[in-house]
Amino acid sequence: MKRLLAKASMTLAALALAATGVSAAGISDNVVKIGVLTDMSGVYSQIGGKGTVVAVKMAVADFGGKVLGKKIEVISADHQNKPDIASNKAREWFDTGKVDMVTGLLNSACALAVQRLGAEKHRITMNTGAGSTDLTNKDCSPYGIHYVYDTYALANVAGSEIVRRGGKTWFFITADYAFGQSLEDNTAKFVKKLGGRVLGSVRHPLSTADFSSYLMQAQASGAQIIGLANAGSDFTNAVKQAKEFGITPRQTMAGMLVFDTDVKSLGLPTAQGMLYASGFYWDRDNATRAWSKRFYKLHHAMPTMDQAGAYSATMNYLKAVKAAGTDNPDAVMAKLRSMPLNDFFAVHGRLRADGRMVHDMYLMQVKKPSESKGEWDIARIIKTVPGDQAFMPLSESSCYLVKKR
Amino acid sequence: MKARYWVCLFIIGCLAPFLIYPVFVMQLLCFALFACSFNLLLGYTGLLSFGHAAFFGSAAYLAGYLMTVAGLTPELAILAGTVCAGLLGYLFGTLAIKRQGIYFAMITLALAQIVYFIALKADFTGGEDGLQDIPRGKLFGLINLETTYRIGHKSLELNLYFFIFILFCLAFWLIHRTIHSPFGQVLKGIRENEQRAVSLGYRVERFKLLAFVISASLTGTAGAMKALVLQLASLTDVSWHTSGEVILMTLLGGLGTVLGPSVGAITVVTLQEKLSAAGSWVTVIIGAIFVVCVLAFRRGFVGELGRLLKKSL
Amino acid sequence: MEISMMAILSQLMLGLNNGVFYALLSLGLAVIFGLLNIVNFAHGALYMLGAFAALLGYSELGPLLGKPDFHINYWAALILVPLLVGAVGILIEKTMLKRLYRFDHLYGLLLTFGISLILQGVFTNYFNVAGTPYDAKPPILEGVANLGFMMFPRYRLWAIAISLVVCFATWYVIERTKLGSYLRAGTENPELVKAFGINVPLMITLTYGYGVALAAFAGVVAAPIYSVSPVMGSEIIITVFAVVVIGGMGSIMGAIVTGLLLGMVEGVTKVVYPPASNTVIFFIMVIVLLIKPAGLFGREQQ
Repeated sequence: MKRLLAKASMTLAALALAATGVSAAGISDNVVKIGVLTDMSGVYSQIGGKGTVVAVKMAVADFGGKVLGKKIEVISADHQNKPDIASNKAREWFDTGKVDMVTGLLNSACALAVQRLGAEKHRITMNTGAGSTDLTNKDCSPYGIHYVYDTYALANVAGSEIVRRGGKTWFFITADYAFGQSLEDNTAKFVKKLGGRVLGSVRHPLSTADFSSYLMQAQASGAQIIGLANAGSDFTNAVKQAKEFGITPRQTMAGMLVFDTDVKSLGLPTAQGMLYASGFYWDRDNATRAWSKRFYKLHHAMPTMDQAGAYSATMNYLKAVKAAGTDNPDAVMAKLRSMPLNDFFAVHGRLRADGRMVHDMYLMQVKKPSESKGEWDIARIIKTVPGDQAFMPLSESSCYLVKKR
Repeated sequence: MKARYWVCLFIIGCLAPFLIYPVFVMQLLCFALFACSFNLLLGYTGLLSFGHAAFFGSAAYLAGYLMTVAGLTPELAILAGTVCAGLLGYLFGTLAIKRQGIYFAMITLALAQIVYFIALKADFTGGEDGLQDIPRGKLFGLINLETTYRIGHKSLELNLYFFIFILFCLAFWLIHRTIHSPFGQVLKGIRENEQRAVSLGYRVERFKLLAFVISASLTGTAGAMKALVLQLASLTDVSWHTSGEVILMTLLGGLGTVLGPSVGAITVVTLQEKLSAAGSWVTVIIGAIFVVCVLAFRRGFVGELGRLLKKSL
Repeated sequence: MEISMMAILSQLMLGLNNGVFYALLSLGLAVIFGLLNIVNFAHGALYMLGAFAALLGYSELGPLLGKPDFHINYWAALILVPLLVGAVGILIEKTMLKRLYRFDHLYGLLLTFGISLILQGVFTNYFNVAGTPYDAKPPILEGVANLGFMMFPRYRLWAIAISLVVCFATWYVIERTKLGSYLRAGTENPELVKAFGINVPLMITLTYGYGVALAAFAGVVAAPIYSVSPVMGSEIIITVFAVVVIGGMGSIMGAIVTGLLLGMVEGVTKVVYPPASNTVIFFIMVIVLLIKPAGLFGREQQ
């Protein structure tokens, strides 16, 4: 309660500051600095990592390298999936590094730490990598934007489809931190709502090499669906080992968060037929193809939704700075909330009061090897879910910024 | 060391936040205190604990938890962290103190690992997320530690800084007093020749246990201070890498010297900070320093300097 | 979830699978500790080095030599890698550890800790900490065997078998042959053995090399099961230390038996009370220390 009050008063103060025009126009410190803080060396480095930095730099270059006559700089750091490193780095960036906006933030524990710090220090965080719905609910921030996807949307788009297609009994193998728990909770809700049953769950530490004992527990449960509430190489390791132990195809492995790079590293023979939700697919239309091919030339891999999202987030941030005529975070946030966000990545995008960026999501299915026409021709969009239906309705959000309005 | 040197150091400490990023200086102070408390054990008693992170981390968690959930004032939270680490130290001590050398190191390591896994699994520690966003609160319910002062372009958290700095000075003084007390003399006697101390009628195990508990408690103080400064307690604080790091700090600065551990801590933390862009080459460099230190100068920076100056620093 | 016999059996099997790695590693540690009185902290890093040597020999060496089709296959790696890493161990002993015998044994622990940081740091720079798959599993070991209560990958059965063979062969050599008797005598009284004209320093060097080679061997065997990761050593080494302490430092049989047993205990805990599965070994260690301070198989040593 105390914290809620503190947060509320902080927002009020921020609003008052913006309203009275105390914030001077123009660019602070004569530079607009964007920090990319993400996993560069660990379990999620294929999903985000250096590719996210490439995407952000592309956006800055496409914008012209300058905004309102001032230089745009990009700096990056590896948070190693440790919230303490993320928090310390971000604190230093905010306090001494003149960083105006932080993006990437793959890994929910790190994202929560940095978003909280951003709220305290009045800096914008545009999270493109992490999934926990806490970011726009109990831990929402007036300066925090959740740009690409969240665990509610994933569960809603893919999880519920799997139940509808007959997967009624579930067992979860869950990454034991903020993101995994959020993904499991959200998926379980949809499973139960649609008449399915959750038979049990087991938690594993982030970055696990050997899933065999967890898989044995899943097998013993007899569930039809083994839901993997994890991501990156944790997801791919679990799927590979399930095959090794002969668990699939008797039971079905269902990834609750799958990135295109994961499908690629599993290979189509292993992954074929798998359903997953995504906020972006490179081969969706001409615009996505054109951008993705440019990205491919720089990074030698097709973009994941995190990387494409980081480009879009950076671009829209810079547009908002230009439109607001200042990099003052309150003014930029106000602009971002009022302008439509439409580009190759965000279709029908808009930023809600709770910080959720709502845009179309896609239900994907991995192609059969025979259907694939190229190295990266890995999946097809089988359904487009409009943002309003994909994401958690604002009325259900527990974010304090929503209740006040 | 002469009084005027101490006064000089104190003045440097007072000026530091105006010249260097205060959060960084506070971090240095926390780790310096950690290393100093560790030195009390390794340098003056000759016991190598490979599990000191358990005290550092558990105090950080407890202090953070009490400030967040129970709304405790910072000084009480730090006190609670200190006491908790002391009790844990007593527990570890009674289990391990009978063993010598390498055995002692391995047992403390394994015990610390239990603490690590408890921190990983328990509810109140937040697992891999850690405890985040720990409020700094009001000192004695009066002085707001969040207050920032604008000086020039910078906004400095001076209330917090001076609280941490004074706490560091007090703890440092306490360690200094302990070392130079009759008790400290007995410890050194045990380090040099344990059999002899036994035959002189000292109950060696009791002395060692007391040294262990004092060291653990002050390590707890350092951990709780860190939780307050960085507003975060995480698994890194209880992991064995942290236990290893504090050994390096102490060894590098100089075992059994008064200033050594602080110098070592400042060196290591600054290296990590300045080289953080170099990724895991930091680990390589730190490992290499470790190797060179063990092979070539086991006295550490301050110890070697002291030998050159023929003084005890 | 009710606890079924099947679940326990399959976790026991997986526990045995982990247990053979504990046994191999703690055996190496015990051999080294017995003669050198040094706790080789670098053991985990050398295990990791073994796995990477196999990985690099398979996928990188060919391109490096300009012959992309050249691979060191699994079988060759199983022999070559322990020799190579063992040589690295000998180098470490000759150039560094040797200088420390005059001092407190703790310095040996600290030195090897430093070495493990260097090795881990170097590999972390070039490889993903989440692991790189080692794809050179021989075709003959592909596939699954039906054990009745579970499907168990053939490769893992092989890993268990070969590791047990190596463990017990080592035990046999040390406890039952003449060479081993020199070794044991060297442990008891190096001065006396020297007086009999045996080259003790050479024996020490070779022993360290062999202990390290065992770690590297474990690394090669582990590579196809777990992804090869720069942190694979630092994750396992602390548990292995606990195994050595429980078994009794320096005891060969103790290291093997406790390694296997504790692997299985861990497996069963995963079924009975999962939250304790990571800590159970350390709790056992505390209990053993309280009841039998020298470890299950150890002698009290002063």
